[in-house]
Amino acid sequence: MADMTISPPALSAPVPRPARFTRCTDEPRWLRWTLTILVLAVLAVLVVIPLASVFFEALRDGWALAVESLAEPDAWAAVKLTLIVAAVAVPLNALFGVAAAWALTKFQWRGKAVLLTLIDLPFSVSPVVAGLCIILLFGANSDFGGWLVANGYPIVFAVPGIILATMFITFPFVARELVPLMTEQGKAEEEAALTLGASGWRMFLTVTLPNIKWALLYGVLLCNARAMGEFGAVAVVSGKIRGETATMPIMIEMLYNEYLSVAAFTMAAVLTLLALVTLTLKSLLEWRYADQLAAAGGRH
Amino acid sequence: MQIQIDQIAKEFGAATALLPVSLNVPSGALVALLGPSGSGKTTLLRILGGLEEPTSGRVIFDGTDATGMRVQDRRAGFVFQHYALFRHMTVFENIAYGLRARPRATRPSNAEIGQRVTRLLDLIQLPDIAKRYPSQLSGGQRQRVALARALAIEPRMLLLDEPFGALDAKVRKELRQGLRDIHDATGLTTIFVTHDQEEAMELADLVVVMSMGRIEQVGKPGDIQARPQTDFVRDFIAA
Repeated sequence: MADMTISPPALSAPVPRPARFTRCTDEPRWLRWTLTILVLAVLAVLVVIPLASVFFEALRDGWALAVESLAEPDAWAAVKLTLIVAAVAVPLNALFGVAAAWALTKFQWRGKAVLLTLIDLPFSVSPVVAGLCIILLFGANSDFGGWLVANGYPIVFAVPGIILATMFITFPFVARELVPLMTEQGKAEEEAALTLGASGWRMFLTVTLPNIKWALLYGVLLCNARAMGEFGAVAVVSGKIRGETATMPIMIEMLYNEYLSVAAFTMAAVLTLLALVTLTLKSLLEWRYADQLAAAGGRH
Repeated sequence: MQIQIDQIAKEFGAATALLPVSLNVPSGALVALLGPSGSGKTTLLRILGGLEEPTSGRVIFDGTDATGMRVQDRRAGFVFQHYALFRHMTVFENIAYGLRARPRATRPSNAEIGQRVTRLLDLIQLPDIAKRYPSQLSGGQRQRVALARALAIEPRMLLLDEPFGALDAKVRKELRQGLRDIHDATGLTTIFVTHDQEEAMELADLVVVMSMGRIEQVGKPGDIQARPQTDFVRDFIAA
């Protein structure tokens, strides 16, 4: 923003120099430019260049080779598996996240702090440890897991295990996004709906949900991005069976280890594109509903 | 509607919000629950509205025990301290909310809902704000919209929690008269909570002075000012 300059009034005594007013929040020009360039440089080195290089590597030997590597049945199976896992894990976690945030913010009860800590646990536990826990609980060597395998419902080294591991890792995203917002909003609007005769379900659909929809959407998108990209926990429980339990991140690692770099980078580019699609979706929605967002932000 | 409060007590965990209190509110009265913060007046109001459950005691509406009645069935028009307008709905939809929430059999048609909302907007003297959102209203306008929303359900009583607390002095005076007018026009039994004794004395037919979860004195404003029965009441109205 340019500094404000005020010219002297025409009729008063001549003032030697026009007074310069600088806002207390304005920094000198050189500092602003330095900071901006610094941030852009860091962003370029950390984010833009690596992402661009993924696409560059994928297309290094031309489109035909890249498309061909994706047409491999195993590669295609990995894409499908990743989408299926996300399609199951994300809605379930959205549901659990809303329920947990509801329980944490609308009621007073003992043990709230414990639940809050439990929700945060997946953030602090290493994904590999999480995967091992699932193997311990549901693996063929445990009583329950053995029984499941014997009855034809294996969890570990199969799709259910991958979904469980993904859900564990992505559990905090929705709840974490909702809890601060719902705490701030309080429960007066919900109570008002009840006094006006609304049932609990109607109150939730017409008052609670509209008030949290943007935070919920944001949480779901973050959850989805992580669900598709999760590597550590899934690597442990999946058994890395090509074409069966290899998700896209697992497949990328396997291809790369086999020096199939075009295939690996093509898969990586597709995974990145999927993430970019969710981000674009979010930006589009924000742009489309900017007025509603502004109205929702107004304080009472 | 006549409201009887019979030995109502409320504890929140180890903390006592209300000692057993009893009170009779005659039908059509305009009553102020007056007291400092922490005196239990809001808790008592919320128990009447069905938003809190009493630990013991009974609430009786027109001779019928209503202690366990669901909040939805009480038909209590409740105005919240910060109005709790639905921020994502227009003023029109806010006021229409209670009518739309009715079961299909008793739900008015869209045309009738429109007429009723228009009538209520006229009643609160804000006929032109139907399409605005709560964030675009002044504090006084919000309070009146909250009142219209509460009146839309054809309530059996009006319960108001510090209805003038968040407003500046000038608006407060105007809206005080507004509430008096609406009470006189509808004849609804009306109970409002306040910590401002001038407000209570000027507006209410009956003032209930509360302190520390107890009812200290019940009486007409003049009586309380002329003959305070306890030291607390004397000190509080002198302040």
